[in-house]
Amino acid sequence: MNHFHSTRHIITIIVLTVLFLVLAVACLLFGSVDIPAASVMDIVMGRSSGNVAWDIIIGQSRLPMITTAALAGAALSVSGLLLQTTFNNPLAGPSILGVSTGAGLGVAIVMLATGGTVSTILGTSAGSYIATLLGALLGAGLVLIILITFSAIVRSSTMLLIIGILISYLAASIISLLNSVANEEGIHSYVTWGFGNFSGVSVEQMPVYSLSIIVSLIAAVLMVKPLNALLLGTRYAENLGVNTHRTRNVLLVITGVLTAVVTAFCGPIGFLGLVVPHVARFMTATSNHATLLPTTILAGADVALLCTLISVNGAHGIIPINAITPIIGVPIIIYIILRELRRT
Amino acid sequence: MAYLETHQLAVGYTHGKNTTTVLSDLNLELHRGHLTALLGQNGAGKSTLLRAITCTTRPLHGHITIGGADLATLSQRERSRIIGLVSTDRITLGGLTVNDLVALGRQPHTGFLGRLNANDRETVAEAIAAVGITHKANNYMSDLSDGERQKAMIARALAQATPIIVLDEPTAFLDVASRIETMQLLHSLAHDHDKAVLLSSHDVSQSLLMADDLWLITRDREVVAGPTQDIIASGAMQRIFTSDNVEFNPDILDYQYKPE
Repeated sequence: MNHFHSTRHIITIIVLTVLFLVLAVACLLFGSVDIPAASVMDIVMGRSSGNVAWDIIIGQSRLPMITTAALAGAALSVSGLLLQTTFNNPLAGPSILGVSTGAGLGVAIVMLATGGTVSTILGTSAGSYIATLLGALLGAGLVLIILITFSAIVRSSTMLLIIGILISYLAASIISLLNSVANEEGIHSYVTWGFGNFSGVSVEQMPVYSLSIIVSLIAAVLMVKPLNALLLGTRYAENLGVNTHRTRNVLLVITGVLTAVVTAFCGPIGFLGLVVPHVARFMTATSNHATLLPTTILAGADVALLCTLISVNGAHGIIPINAITPIIGVPIIIYIILRELRRT
Repeated sequence: MAYLETHQLAVGYTHGKNTTTVLSDLNLELHRGHLTALLGQNGAGKSTLLRAITCTTRPLHGHITIGGADLATLSQRERSRIIGLVSTDRITLGGLTVNDLVALGRQPHTGFLGRLNANDRETVAEAIAAVGITHKANNYMSDLSDGERQKAMIARALAQATPIIVLDEPTAFLDVASRIETMQLLHSLAHDHDKAVLLSSHDVSQSLLMADDLWLITRDREVVAGPTQDIIASGAMQRIFTSDNVEFNPDILDYQYKPE
């Protein structure tokens, strides 16, 4: 890496870190209830503000929400980056390839089949959210296995996207069929979950949620070398000594865990995973994963916090996350498609 | 003494249960310090043979030895330090600079995280200098001409520091000037860096001018191998193409139309 690129990388990291702090503070300060900045500071520092409601809002609502959002953004964005490199496809992402939907189907089966008794991830009993999480992992894993199978048959990356979209339709239709036999409570909790929401992870659930994401992110960072080799395609990667089958399986397991955990706890969040890696590429001007992966983690956290900040400051209550991500995501995707068309 | 040898090698492809043998009974030699050109008409099996030598596919029969060791018994990582590849795959490398790309060639020699040490960085700079594109080292691959891009790919294989470099049609997409430059470059890499360079090509006249040895796939799917001069003298060049309307002219080292 030469001087110009490393300087640009350092500036990018600094900008994204400052932005992260600003957004995190903004998420602490602004919300449906106005709490004075001084009191917020007190509570964050571990002192009571003297107002029990405020203590609870900051400590058990806003702080967990910020952590949840930042980790979800990082997780989905890294999923997207790994999928884009693995399938050599700039338009790959956990939601568009159906991985999120697969996880969602798993969640739906658990939620609806249990008739709302394991109603939502918001449920307090440990068993309920573990069951939902397992459902999501199985669903995401199943879709990834289907994608691997098809990617060996269809060489065209566009066809793979279409297959991903078809899988989403299929999963959506199965979910509708399940809805027709489920009870009202189950349907309600499933529909609410589908809006996308970063405030669903309780303080008790936080260790499982955050640890599984952090471990997967570390695993992704350890894959930087084979990821870079894969930029050259499988034949070159193998010539460089990379076991491409094993590498791809490891990458897809990491992707599956990241997507499934976020989807189980926060709902199927669209667009973030597809868009953020492109934002990171644009900022760092490189495809080198040693630079791109850390930048993607930070940028993903930033974008998710921005979505959260917008979501909690709606005039009439909370705006669903999935109502915000397309507004940020769609213009960027159209830009990518137009750029790809110009190239060919 | 030959560095790479094939012993009763048969290559081809398997599709489901059907096995198609393309070339068989191959006893070929590759020498260090020599540029070897693999010639044959389209569909003769040039790529299939190269795929077997780079271990992309398994031989159907026989084996390949390198310095006496059976290639199939080596690990993928060991092989990655012996054979470098420049394939025909056209890859989009928008976000990589020449430096980034050539640095990937060091992967077989770097640790788990792929960090480059001073020695690696020096090897990368030398490889870029050897192909003559040092002034483009910080340019993005997408900003290069076809010829420069091919040179960067060759530099990547050079940085891999393997005794053998295999190139599948390295001059296929290039204009005449870049084609001649690339062939000259490969010739000097073989001679100055003591590498065994094996390339497949359509460009008969350039191959005959630059290659020390030839592997010639005839229309009867026989492979005639040996020093370039001997092959030309033997008249084997007449046996490449199935068409009766072209003949080899040794004076111009190329084929020409033969009226019936």
